[in-house]
Amino acid sequence: MTLLCLPCRSLNVLFHGVSWWGGVQMGPPDPILGVSEAFKKDSNPKKMNLGVGAYRDDQGKPFVLSCVRKAEALISAKQMDKEYLGITGLADFNKSCAKLALGADSEVLKSGRNITVQTISGTGSLRIGANFLSRFHGGPRDVYLPKPSWGNHTPIFKDAGMTLKAYRYYDPATCGFDHSGALEDISKIPEQSVIMLHACAHNPTGVDPRPEQWKEISDLVKKRNLLVFFDMAYQGFASGDIDKDAWAVRYFIEQGHNIVLSQSFAKNMGLYGERVGGFTVVCNDAEEAKRVESQLKILIRPIYSNPPMNGARIASTILNTPELYSVWLGEVHGMANRIIKMREQLEAGLKKEGSTRDWQHVIDQIGMFCFTGLKPEQVERLTKEFSVYMTKDGRISMAGVTSGNVGYLAAGIHAVTK
Amino acid sequence: MSIFSEVPQAPPVAVFKLTADFREDSHPQKVNLGVGAYRTDECQPWVLPVVKKVERLIVEDSSLNHEYLPILGLPEFRSASSKVALGDDSPAIKENRVGAVQALGGTGALRIGGEFLRRWYNGTNNTATPIYVSAPTWENHNAVFADAGFKDIRPYHYWDGAKKGLDISGLLDDLEKAPEASVFVLHACAHNPTGTDPTQDEWKQIAEVMKRRNLFVFFDSAYQGFASGSLDKDAWAIRYFVSEGFELFVAQSFSKNFGLYNERVGNLTVVAKDNENLTRILSQMEKIVRTTWSNPPSQGARIVSKTLNCPELFAEWYVGNVKTMADRVLLMRDQLKAKLQALGTPGTWDHITQQIGMFSFTGLNPKQVEYMIKEKHVYLMASGRINMCGLTSKNIDYVAQSIHDTVTSVQ
Repeated sequence: MTLLCLPCRSLNVLFHGVSWWGGVQMGPPDPILGVSEAFKKDSNPKKMNLGVGAYRDDQGKPFVLSCVRKAEALISAKQMDKEYLGITGLADFNKSCAKLALGADSEVLKSGRNITVQTISGTGSLRIGANFLSRFHGGPRDVYLPKPSWGNHTPIFKDAGMTLKAYRYYDPATCGFDHSGALEDISKIPEQSVIMLHACAHNPTGVDPRPEQWKEISDLVKKRNLLVFFDMAYQGFASGDIDKDAWAVRYFIEQGHNIVLSQSFAKNMGLYGERVGGFTVVCNDAEEAKRVESQLKILIRPIYSNPPMNGARIASTILNTPELYSVWLGEVHGMANRIIKMREQLEAGLKKEGSTRDWQHVIDQIGMFCFTGLKPEQVERLTKEFSVYMTKDGRISMAGVTSGNVGYLAAGIHAVTK
Repeated sequence: MSIFSEVPQAPPVAVFKLTADFREDSHPQKVNLGVGAYRTDECQPWVLPVVKKVERLIVEDSSLNHEYLPILGLPEFRSASSKVALGDDSPAIKENRVGAVQALGGTGALRIGGEFLRRWYNGTNNTATPIYVSAPTWENHNAVFADAGFKDIRPYHYWDGAKKGLDISGLLDDLEKAPEASVFVLHACAHNPTGTDPTQDEWKQIAEVMKRRNLFVFFDSAYQGFASGSLDKDAWAIRYFVSEGFELFVAQSFSKNFGLYNERVGNLTVVAKDNENLTRILSQMEKIVRTTWSNPPSQGARIVSKTLNCPELFAEWYVGNVKTMADRVLLMRDQLKAKLQALGTPGTWDHITQQIGMFSFTGLNPKQVEYMIKEKHVYLMASGRINMCGLTSKNIDYVAQSIHDTVTSVQ
């Protein structure tokens, strides 16, 4: 009789031959992966995958930057050993990674009051940052994300033990930045809370504040004494200019914010699968930076001990070899330009189709993603009738658009929105 | 007032500090027997010839790009790696109940496994589930499981300092007394740091108790092939447990047996009761991976995958390179013991050749270790652990003499 009252897991324990994992629930399917899966199964020759968050060339193919291939050849010729990196990674990479974000003349670099560690791309950087804040931030455990934000931000901070809140960001009425809404919400954030800001090319909306709007945000954040966490996954990739894309980060630092910063080289160097990223904490002084570094090491070691060499070596070679660096600047500019051109062609295409809706936001938004403003039913139609695959929130990856298919896309979007 | 003004300075990780101190030492005869990486007889790092070959193939293959791997990693890598651990003819693989997660080194595999167990193993909250690690064990085990959320990490008896061998009765006693459903981290071979492994008979005894008491097996396998030179021999314990019907995890590292230390190549092999359970397990592990590193690095996995999946390259790796490393370590063990015995160094030194793998627990106490470092400039861990790979034909006489002098001068 008693046995029947025991919870299921105890029964698993008592009866051998039953699996340990009976209580493991099936994890929900990843929404973005689901898009790719469905796309693969579709036999329509005109199908388009606009869910993919990876750059494609005008033939729709993955693009390996020539500066990357050149760097790889240089590295291969050097025949280096494969000894463990230190916990914080490749020193040359860390230095140049910080320099790229903060600018060569940054007072922070000169005074050595930053600690920059190599991380497993952007995700790894965010996770290290989240873990660090969870362990050492004496303020509230709330992290304020823009609404909406990258889908993975929430579970990353949750798994690190933080709680999530939001501030208004995207205005669906204008498909633009909800400046007043953002300021109003930020003004109510409790002091010392953490606020997440996308440095450029906001994911998923593509909507970035203008410089004067950034200034107001900075002033308000300073007034509220908030800890700023910048996520910069698209430096160079947004406008084509690495300094322009890092403007907000550098402005905030100049204004006295001691920020924490995540960087990714997945998109701007096309090093997706090599997992190249950096995490930076801007401290009061070099002494504090040393203490913070020691604690970051304690955090990192029980996750993966030390980071992978290959991608960091490639990135470091590019950043530290002048000829390769200028090739890279040109190529990143080229990628950004192609995206910008596709935006222009899509907007023009929609006009040509006779659409009377305002599609200005397609051009105003920046970076890989475009929040079209399409509603879920319209998205469903676009997928069912035109084999155009995208996420339900109306987000499309401009990287999946080519000069060959932009007309088809315009026709499809017009058809479901007229 | 900085948010971080109260952040305390953390102590350095001991094994890396040892190497840092070694680097700063200018003594001409200094020897580094600390960190666990293979060295040639010229005391140089060794990039395996097969790795060089495969890397060249990869660089020259213009069809390869740098796109994201799937969250769980490169499929060909995962399946080939699990085969290495479980054997080509593994019934569990044939029964489609083996899966894997490509991870960042053995550390990453342990962490993902730990995070999963804490969330899903025995009910949905295992923060209080006891997890046992050997006494002593790899110094990072504790932190991995603590940071994964386990609050009750306990030691199980392992090293018997008096007899300089395995404390099998203490180990079995701990197994008998452990609460049901406790997790035990077992070193599959070449125990780190002691180099002392259970015999097959002892493994059978361990398995019997663990099955009877419903304890979970989490194997840490960082030295397969590297220990004895034989992949099958070094995986015997894992395969035995699988054949006894255990569901288990194996955290595999390819850092040592492929010499791919800095590319972070690891694999968490999952053996479940059936495919249905396996599917659910992997789906949850995916979620854990997604918030940790999203998807794993491709370079190292490509190298290992290409090698394991091509018969000629596999032979070159296994019969050529792995054997070279294992044989050199065995030679150094033989020679060190012989020299100590020839010197008449007090104590018994059989454990040097009885132990297996990269490490040897010399039995030197902390005072003696300090003497070795300060007076002899021979760097080893405070536990008395030495890395056999740090020994070469050129320094072995000096090291033997140093041990002799230390043991006779310092008690």
